[in-house]
Amino acid sequence: MGSLLLQLVYNGLVVGAILALTGLGVTLVFGIQRVANFAHGDYLTFGAYVAFLVDVTWSGNLVVAAVGAVIATAALAVGLHLVLLRPLRGRGLVALSLITVGLGLVLRNALFLIEGPQPRQYAFDQAAVIDLGFIRVAPGELWAGMAALVAVPAVAAMLARAPIGKAMRAVADNRDLAEIAGVDTERIGLYVWMLAGGLAGLGGTMLALVQGIFDPNLGFNVLFLILTGVVLGGIGNAFGALLAGLVLGLVMEVSTWPPFFGGVPTQYQPVVGFIVLILLLMFRPQGLLGKARVL
Amino acid sequence: MEFLNPQFWTFVGVVAGVYGLLALALYVQFSMAGLPNFGHVAFMALAAYTMALLVIRAHVPLAWAGLAGIAAAVALGFLLGVPSLRLRADYLAIATVAGSEMIRYLSMNLSFTGGPVGSVGMLGPTELAKYTTSWDPFIEGITGTLRSLLGDLASNDFSMLCLAWAVLLLFLLLLRRLEKSPWGRVMKSIREDEEAAASLGKNVYAFKLQALVLGGILGGLAGILWALEIAVFSPNDFQPTLTFYAYLILILGGMNRIWAIPIGAVLFGVLYSGTRFLGFYPLSLVDSGARAYLRLLIVGVVLVVLMAVRPEGMFGKRQELLLEK
Repeated sequence: MGSLLLQLVYNGLVVGAILALTGLGVTLVFGIQRVANFAHGDYLTFGAYVAFLVDVTWSGNLVVAAVGAVIATAALAVGLHLVLLRPLRGRGLVALSLITVGLGLVLRNALFLIEGPQPRQYAFDQAAVIDLGFIRVAPGELWAGMAALVAVPAVAAMLARAPIGKAMRAVADNRDLAEIAGVDTERIGLYVWMLAGGLAGLGGTMLALVQGIFDPNLGFNVLFLILTGVVLGGIGNAFGALLAGLVLGLVMEVSTWPPFFGGVPTQYQPVVGFIVLILLLMFRPQGLLGKARVL
Repeated sequence: MEFLNPQFWTFVGVVAGVYGLLALALYVQFSMAGLPNFGHVAFMALAAYTMALLVIRAHVPLAWAGLAGIAAAVALGFLLGVPSLRLRADYLAIATVAGSEMIRYLSMNLSFTGGPVGSVGMLGPTELAKYTTSWDPFIEGITGTLRSLLGDLASNDFSMLCLAWAVLLLFLLLLRRLEKSPWGRVMKSIREDEEAAASLGKNVYAFKLQALVLGGILGGLAGILWALEIAVFSPNDFQPTLTFYAYLILILGGMNRIWAIPIGAVLFGVLYSGTRFLGFYPLSLVDSGARAYLRLLIVGVVLVVLMAVRPEGMFGKRQELLLEK
């Protein structure tokens, strides 16, 4: 029973890391541009497919594939920012969000047209089981776990310590104030999109690894969970998004543990996530780490 | 030639009518009260499921079941309103999507809702469930009457077309009256400046709740009409994208032009279904199965271009642009 719980905690941390990294991108972008990026899920899918192309048709190396996904998705995010979203800044939350809805439809269906609806998987033995001593994981879960172990602390340290990370948080918190304090918000905006895109590419690859097989709906299926994490952490709050993503992933996985009210059936995991969100909005509407004045 | 097939275009008209009704619901909530509800499809789903479940499992007469469906949508409006109306617009937008996804996941996974197969499976896998038993003779009666007047044009779809558009136009006229009444003016003042409205003694919260509930009634009606039209539904008929189609209809016509909703609905119907006829070169290179994706891709492009180039819609006034919210 204990090892099952450990297993669930491991899975929860990996899923949570995916939600945390991608949610961080969404929340920073929101702070900088006031847009709820409904295309973000499709950025994840884009990353997963780039990794697929690099892994299966070119190098056969998963690390190279993940790096390729990060670079390509960052380029996609920056490109769309420069071409489409930046010129339209100031259009208001709903208008910009609807634009990203359209963008998501275009990206998702372009992938369907080009890559087809058939399920894909990376080129490694999906059936293998690796014994880590106290838990047993599939190779995809192990890869994703290692990526999480590197990426989450690195990103958190960057946000906490590096000047660029501090500037990003400042702009996300209060754009005008940051500008007055001498932060070049245009440049930071570019970096934020780069970071958000890169993390979406990484998160998408990790998600595809954890799931084993994926199709062009990969990212869209988790978009609302990502957004849930963002709201849980308080919109625009970078550390909040990281923490909330991890908490959300853990809660969803551990809720399936049998001693916990007999265990929630796996297919209800997203419902658990949404219930957490609604409870939080009722009792702490500014999010886990949000400040009350934001509302 | 399929392009001239009146039956197909009748179906497009039904789609336009139902989605138009959903767009009208969003008009009340978003254009009038300024509440960005991104999960409106939940009202449709809940009403359709409530109706079908009552008919199939409790043998309630269809008319009462339909009313109960709308009542369920109203209840959802209240339920949604209590925690979320005090939220900022961006939180509300995301909370409403989360709520609608929750309903879809539940209906997909509970056994009494039929799971992923939807209404057909409501009595379990061994028995085919049907909720339109008493509806079919009714609609065929209308079709019979229409046939004596119009001849071959009449069909069950055509009757549904008349019904859906009658409901849409009725509520459109009603809401137009409401919008011009003192009630509508208070709504708009809340949309523009909540604090100002509150300082004049208006109960902002109550007005917003009324908008949510009114939108819930319209969304529920849309769900019931849609369920009756397609006769069998599943959770995937209530994808979150549906809400965005309704927004597209609203934008096509003009965010703040209530009479433009039918025009937007027709344009959307043509855009959405008409792309089936993109069989000419170079699009003929795309095989017909993949054209469904092409269709959604085109809907996405139209949404992006329209929002970028003409955010006020075809008939909207830029001065009264609520999208700045």
